[in-house]
Amino acid sequence: MSVTVLTVDDSRAMRDMLQHSLAAAGFRVIQAEDGLHGLEVLASEMPDVIVTDINMPRMDGFGFIKAIRDDILRRATPVLVLTTEVDAEKKNRAREAGATGWIVKPFDPEKLVEAIRRVAA
Amino acid sequence: MEDPLAAIKITFFQECDEQLSELESGLLAMENGIADSETVNAVFRAVHSMKGGAGIFGFDTLISFAHTFETALDGVRSGTLSATAPVIAVFLRAADLLADLVRAARENTAGDEARINALRMEFDKINNSATVDNNVSAELSDSIKENQRNSDKIEEKLWKIIFTPDSTLYLNANETTFLLRDVRRLGKTNIEIDQSRLPKLQDLDAEGAFLSWNITLESDCSESDIRDLFEFVESDCTLEISLEITDGFKPGKVITGDNGFKFEFFTPVDEEEIQESNLLHSMQSDSEVKQLEVPQATTSLAIQNIKTKADSANVAVATIRVDLDRVDRMIDLVGELVINEAMLSQRVLEAGIARSSGVAMALEELEHLTREIQDSVMAIRAQPVRSVFQRMPRLVREVATMTNKQVKLITEGESTEVDKTVIERISDPLTHMIRNAIDHGLESTEVRLASGKPAEGTVKLTALHRSGRIVLEVSDDGAGINRPRVRQKAIENGLISSDAQLTDEETDNLIFLPGFSTAATLSNISGRGVGMDVVRQSIQALGGRISISSWPGKGSTFTLSLPLTLAVLDGMVVSAHGHTLIIPLGAIMETLKPRRKDVFPLDGDLNVLSLRGGYVPIVDVAFCLGYRSQYVDPEQSVALLVEGEGGSRAVLLVDEIHGQKQVVIKSLEANYQAVKGIAAATVMGDGRVALIVDVDVVVQRTGSDISKNLNELRHLEVSVGAA
Repeated sequence: MSVTVLTVDDSRAMRDMLQHSLAAAGFRVIQAEDGLHGLEVLASEMPDVIVTDINMPRMDGFGFIKAIRDDILRRATPVLVLTTEVDAEKKNRAREAGATGWIVKPFDPEKLVEAIRRVAA
Repeated sequence: MEDPLAAIKITFFQECDEQLSELESGLLAMENGIADSETVNAVFRAVHSMKGGAGIFGFDTLISFAHTFETALDGVRSGTLSATAPVIAVFLRAADLLADLVRAARENTAGDEARINALRMEFDKINNSATVDNNVSAELSDSIKENQRNSDKIEEKLWKIIFTPDSTLYLNANETTFLLRDVRRLGKTNIEIDQSRLPKLQDLDAEGAFLSWNITLESDCSESDIRDLFEFVESDCTLEISLEITDGFKPGKVITGDNGFKFEFFTPVDEEEIQESNLLHSMQSDSEVKQLEVPQATTSLAIQNIKTKADSANVAVATIRVDLDRVDRMIDLVGELVINEAMLSQRVLEAGIARSSGVAMALEELEHLTREIQDSVMAIRAQPVRSVFQRMPRLVREVATMTNKQVKLITEGESTEVDKTVIERISDPLTHMIRNAIDHGLESTEVRLASGKPAEGTVKLTALHRSGRIVLEVSDDGAGINRPRVRQKAIENGLISSDAQLTDEETDNLIFLPGFSTAATLSNISGRGVGMDVVRQSIQALGGRISISSWPGKGSTFTLSLPLTLAVLDGMVVSAHGHTLIIPLGAIMETLKPRRKDVFPLDGDLNVLSLRGGYVPIVDVAFCLGYRSQYVDPEQSVALLVEGEGGSRAVLLVDEIHGQKQVVIKSLEANYQAVKGIAAATVMGDGRVALIVDVDVVVQRTGSDISKNLNELRHLEVSVGAA
């Protein structure tokens, strides 16, 4: 069964890029534009892995991850943070919110795919 | 075939254009003094987003300048840098440069290094602590170095640290707890305390140092990163650090790759918590406990902020249309769920299972969840009162023209949400109240000017949530209730006796009685044969209450309090002759214990209760519903003073009051058939059906009975007065 990845990023270019790289690896990719949209998508989808940005309008990555961890059906879904943030405090907040991993952009598509495969198991 | 990357690049530049204009308008707003967090965040996000996108394609100049810019903006966002005019001027110049760098990237030309450096220096100047920026830059260049290392093999560093403080460490007021906590921040740690050197109590030197800690740390940090933590205590302790390298991908792991890639597999927070609590045990330090609580509090605060932010932006939330039937079906099912959950809980309690047991605790969780589902489902039917409020300005203009008054309408709380049916049914009463407020409440322009008020009268319409209900207020700054006239009218209409002693509040409330109208002439606007009694009836039909406050010469305020939903009801659980009944809380005025000397029998089965100078018919609920054939002794009962839609009152006698409860309404018509005197039914936690008393019917029935006996009542009054 193929792995479904939900990517949450407010940048269309970034979403397209993720779509391109992850689809090439055989993943099924679904997209959301920000945390709130991500939660809407999650109402009808059960991705195996979620890759989210931190800085987004309406609901940022911290709120999004927290909401996932509060969702009894989805709290076991690995969430990788993909961000340009290098700030340790932010990283810590993401971890406290329940992030599974922290990936600093710019990403290496192969490594990202590898990371997704590892946490999706 | 089209190169997908080229297409993404085009998208990126399109987004850059959008973000650059967002950035500029945001900065211009900040220049005009609008530096609210929303604006600052939007500006920050624009730059941040460009930086992120630029990273995909490796536009290094763009990335690094955007980073410098972003750091300064983050300073404004977090409050360490204030957005003064000179600072914003630098930001605006930086935005221009960023636009040029985007263009350079698009055209594949180099950026203007001199200009970049000049602006970097300006940024250094405005960042009071330029070091902060340097640190972050250093961290960024670190990650660049890492990708140059281009390590494909997964590498894990396992540090072994032995930390042995000297007594001077303690004497210098250093705290080992904090040092160990800092080490934990570097990666996954296992900290063990070594107490082997601890002497027996009688030999203990209180100021000596006898403990040491063995730490294993999984982290990709360097030895100097670890040593840095112990910088201040370097000479006050022995620190042995050794390194083991292991392979393997597991939580706590950091992988780096080319192109600045860095993946860090977090240690799950739970594991850390366990470690923390272990540490706490070995430390027994109160200060540590306090220290640990702080970050949790800030996290929940941050989540609150996120929630507020999401709320304020709900304008853009996507919507779907759903058939009302489906929603109502769901509400019905959730009602069943609530009832079933309550039954299950009761059964579990009855089975003697301890509250602390796993089953009881899981049930409690289920109960919370059920309530939450119920609230969420009810919220689907909720709509803002805006649709009703929006009709009012036009009404006010029309009535103002007809009455030749100048009126200003102020509305507040348009976005307050309430059940769809409630919204549909408050429109008429509200219309009526606003008409009344203008027609009867506000004085004519001449009178207003003569009494020193502004010519323009104000009518204010407010909606707000208060203790689980929606409260609507219609207030005017008119003359207030003319109490002597209201009293006169009430006496004329036989509503009160001429010597009745009424408080101001009671006098004001007379206007709600059926058939009451004080306007000297029935006007076109308010007087269509309907008065405030009709308003009151329709509000009570919704389970609501209406009240009035009035200040002579200053105006009146009508307050409506309505339930947020019609699917559940706040009721008083009572028992009558072994049957459990629900009396709607909205109808209950007060509870009392009748005394025999206050009870007067009329003919037939009717009794009245003397209550503060007036007489209220007594209804034995069990008798009325046919549960028993004999009237109960009022003194053996508890009485509830209730008020029906028409404003008529009665005292309901029941055997016992069990307390308030929110119940799910089950229609009798839908499940059985309509029964007079019973409004609906509900299912209690023990699985039994409880009937909800239709107070209006019960009260009205006695009302007609009592009117038959009105003459006798008057006679009784006279004889009591004479006695």
